[in-house]
Amino acid sequence: MSAVLRVNGREEPLSAASVAEFLAGRGIAEGAPGVAVALNGAVVPRRLWPETPLQPGDSLEIVRPIQGG
Amino acid sequence: MSQTDTLIIAGRSLGSRLFLGTAGYPNQQVMLDALAASGSELVTLAIRRISLDGYSESLVDVLARATAGRPTGPVGLLPNTAGCMTAKEAVLTAQLSREALDTPWIKLEVIGDRELLYPDVEELLRATEELVNDGFVVLPYCNDDPVTCRKLADLGAAAVMPLGAFIGSGMGIRNPHAIETICARSPVPVVLDAGIGTASDAALAMELGCAAVLLNTAVSKARDPVRMAAAMRDAVSAGRSAHLAGRMPMRAQAEPSSPQMGLIGS
Repeated sequence: MSAVLRVNGREEPLSAASVAEFLAGRGIAEGAPGVAVALNGAVVPRRLWPETPLQPGDSLEIVRPIQGG
Repeated sequence: MSQTDTLIIAGRSLGSRLFLGTAGYPNQQVMLDALAASGSELVTLAIRRISLDGYSESLVDVLARATAGRPTGPVGLLPNTAGCMTAKEAVLTAQLSREALDTPWIKLEVIGDRELLYPDVEELLRATEELVNDGFVVLPYCNDDPVTCRKLADLGAAAVMPLGAFIGSGMGIRNPHAIETICARSPVPVVLDAGIGTASDAALAMELGCAAVLLNTAVSKARDPVRMAAAMRDAVSAGRSAHLAGRMPMRAQAEPSSPQMGLIGS
C-alpha cells in the first residue's frame, strides 16, 4: 500500500515532502492571507511550513476564516 | 452622548457597542452594506477547512478593503470557535485562528448539544483557562448564569458573553433578571450574545447594563438587513444612553404628571 496523507479528513496519496510543498501544489503560497495549518493536531506557524516534513499517516488540517456569527 | 463613553476590552477601545456577525446574508454586498450601516467596529468570523478545489477571495481581504477608509480604521476581527464540542477542539481552532488572522482575540464557543447550541460549561471553563494561559483575549459565549460568568472572569476572560436565548432563535432576552444580575456583578464587560431578534431586544440588553451586544441573524435574516443594521445601531445607542441616564422608579399606581392645582370646575 502506498503512503497516505490525511488532508482535512480525507485520505490521499502522500506526494509532497513538506507542508510548504503540499500547499504550493494546491495553489496556496506561503504568503496566502488567512490560511493556517495544523499537523497532527498542532499548529504549524507559517515560517515553519518549508521545513516541516510530511510523513506517511500524517494528518493535515488547512483552514481559513469564513462568514460566521 | 458623551464622547468619553468608549467601551474598552483588554485595552482596546471600541467606539461602537454593537458587534456584528458576518454569516447568512443574502449576499456579500448586503453583508458589507449592513456592516457599514451598523457602525460596528468588530465582526465575528468562523474558522473552517479550506476548499482545495479552487480559489475564492479571502473574506478578510474583502472586509479590510471595504472598511479601510473608516476614521476608526479597518473593522476588527473576532474569530469564533463555533461548532466545537470539546475544549481540545476549541483550543486548536483558536490557535489556528490566531495564526490565520494574527489576532489573539477569540469568541470562545464550546457547545454541549448540536441542536440547542447550548454551552458546555465544564469544557468552556477548561478551554478558557487554557487559552488565557496561552495569551489569548478570550470572550466566552456562556449561559445566562451569574456563577458561570464569575468563574469565567476569575479565569481571566476579557469579557463574558451570556446568551439572551438560543443562538439564531430571535427569542430576545428570556431572563432579563439574570442578565441584569450578571451585569451588576461582573468585573469584566458583559456582552449579550445570541437571541436578539429585533431592535427592542438590543435596547433592553443595554438598559440592563450590558457593555455591548453581539448579534448576527437578527440582521442577516431581516427582510431588509441594511435597514435592520441601522436600527440595531440606534437601539444599542439608545439603550446605552437610557442605562446611563437611569430609569425612573416603577410604580404600581398612577401618578399624575400635570399639576393638580387650578383644575377647571373645582
